[in-house]
Amino acid sequence: MAIAREAEPVGSLREVREAGLDREDLLDVYRNLLLTRGVEERGHILYRQGKIPGSFYTGRGNEGASVAVATAMGPDDVGTPLHRDMGVHVVRGVEPWRIFAQYMGRADGPTRGRDGNVHMADAKLGLIAMVSHLPAMLPVAVGCALAFRIRDEKRVAIGWFGEGASARGDCHEAMTLAGVRKLPVVFVCDNNQWAYSTPSHLEFATEHVADRAEAYGFEGIVVDGTDLLAVYREARRAIEKARAGGGPTLIESVTLRMEGHAVHDDAFYVPKEMFEKWAENDPLERFRTWLRQNADMSDDEEEEISGVVKKILNDALKRAEESPLPDTSSLTEGVYATAEDLDTPHHK
Amino acid sequence: MAELTYLQAISDGLRTEMRRDKRVFVIGEDVGVYGGAFKVTLGFQEEFGHWRVIDAPLAETAIVGACTGAAIMGMRPVAEMQFADFISCAWDQLVTVAAKQRYRAGTPVPITVRLPSGGGFSGGPFHSQNPESSFAHVPGLKCVCPATPEDAKGLLISAIEDPNPVLYFEHKHLYRRIKAEVPEERYTVPLGKARIHREGDDVTVITWGAMVYTAAEAAQQLEGDGVSVEIVDLRTVMPWDKVAVLESARKTSKVLVLHEDTRTGGFGAEIAATIGEEAFEDLDAPVKRIAAPDTPVPFSPPLEKAFIPQVDDVAAGLRELAAY
Repeated sequence: MAIAREAEPVGSLREVREAGLDREDLLDVYRNLLLTRGVEERGHILYRQGKIPGSFYTGRGNEGASVAVATAMGPDDVGTPLHRDMGVHVVRGVEPWRIFAQYMGRADGPTRGRDGNVHMADAKLGLIAMVSHLPAMLPVAVGCALAFRIRDEKRVAIGWFGEGASARGDCHEAMTLAGVRKLPVVFVCDNNQWAYSTPSHLEFATEHVADRAEAYGFEGIVVDGTDLLAVYREARRAIEKARAGGGPTLIESVTLRMEGHAVHDDAFYVPKEMFEKWAENDPLERFRTWLRQNADMSDDEEEEISGVVKKILNDALKRAEESPLPDTSSLTEGVYATAEDLDTPHHK
Repeated sequence: MAELTYLQAISDGLRTEMRRDKRVFVIGEDVGVYGGAFKVTLGFQEEFGHWRVIDAPLAETAIVGACTGAAIMGMRPVAEMQFADFISCAWDQLVTVAAKQRYRAGTPVPITVRLPSGGGFSGGPFHSQNPESSFAHVPGLKCVCPATPEDAKGLLISAIEDPNPVLYFEHKHLYRRIKAEVPEERYTVPLGKARIHREGDDVTVITWGAMVYTAAEAAQQLEGDGVSVEIVDLRTVMPWDKVAVLESARKTSKVLVLHEDTRTGGFGAEIAATIGEEAFEDLDAPVKRIAAPDTPVPFSPPLEKAFIPQVDDVAAGLRELAAY
């Protein structure tokens, strides 16, 4: 029996306006969605060309949810997005050429070649770089919320995790602390149903991950992660609730990981019918259709947006390829911070 | 100057920083109403309120992780582990998240984690350890081990001020045993700078924490034999003062490295290796190590006494070196 609330899909443009997005905003969202998928598709090509060292991860199937949550965030809100959440980086404004530079281990990537793939974040955009130990970022997000609470600032932190990460103790500890202190944090579970090859029923025994929220003293919501607008509406509601002092919310956004864990994995263990069924609910296609049916997106508008995105991607690739590989003389630099490093907006 | 115990000096340092800097807050188990298991934060919640002296759930990962998040948001958190031993539960947050964030993402993480450490009172395997060498091995972390009340205050202030994750190992056996004059005003003691606890000419002891006093008593014994012992108190094991260590090694040409942590892979091995690499030709004897044996810390008093290096063990080691 589900304990969490199961969110309704979003219907009309009027409903979306009430949730805070007008038609112009929606077209921007569409652009961000295309850009998110485009960055990862181009990344995949770079990988096949042998230009990306190590492995390569995408969030195919999760683009709608990641764009939606980031769109619901306020400018001063912060978050700890993971490797299926490229949309968050795109919406917060990371320049795509720097993402490609990051993929290729170049000197101009956000980590200057010190870390790879989506292990990056621009602190100035309110994002904190993830580590591979995914649930470890949840206590960090809770700490951001704690700082906001101590200083009595009306800001919210978003902590992302997967249904696989939900098995670990960090997740429990983070939610416990956030719950007892009613901190302004929203936990977003990207439930893509497979943690590498492990299916959800071997990760958690409740019907939903979000059912756990009740045990931590806050609300849990399950939403269809391919329905961008429904995810947006729930995220917005949860963020504003947290901002108003109403404490945390756990939003579980259910999608299917449409590719393997990383490029090397063909996901043979995922039933073919499952892929076929979820392919019908591609978040990008679903949102595009909605825009055409409910917001009168015209052919011209659609074409213009894809043209803009294509140009951004082409320019970004070119610029990233021009970025040099890091100089090995920098190898030992920056292990320890200096006092000048604290001269950031947060520390002033 | 007031005479303070080592424990009072820690409280004094923490209170000084909290009064001066609103960004500093304390989080840990039982640190608020109860004042901490050892009473370091006694009265703090009354003075600073419950949002700056935060009683956390029993969740070390959440405590240290929350400090990291808050630090990135501009705060200067000070976490208290109830015992240093419990830091194992927060290993991932320190080693995986906090230590690497500056290097890979350019984000400084100015947190201080206080770790009541050390044995000597039958705390057993889980309330007596000295885990500093494990963390000194992790690039990105700093490790501080004060021995005197004056350093306890000055090094804590430096740790809080430092833009990096700093582990502050406070030795429980010094808490109420060691008393000294401590300046009332705010001051800092730089990280990475050793102090000469006692000057001598014949043999050097390199040590830190509670072992400084064990070495001092042993040195006293050797005075009767006409052997003059120099004691270098490292104060911080990461960064560590290589210059001061090599200088003293060259001066006396005989070195004993002493620590309460277990022997194999202990930080003393790093010091001995460095002396071997850089001052070999100045030595008149092999560098000697005295440390706890490679076992968990035992509970029963005779076993624990045999485990922790005692004054007589150190004196015997010094005599051996002097006679070499």
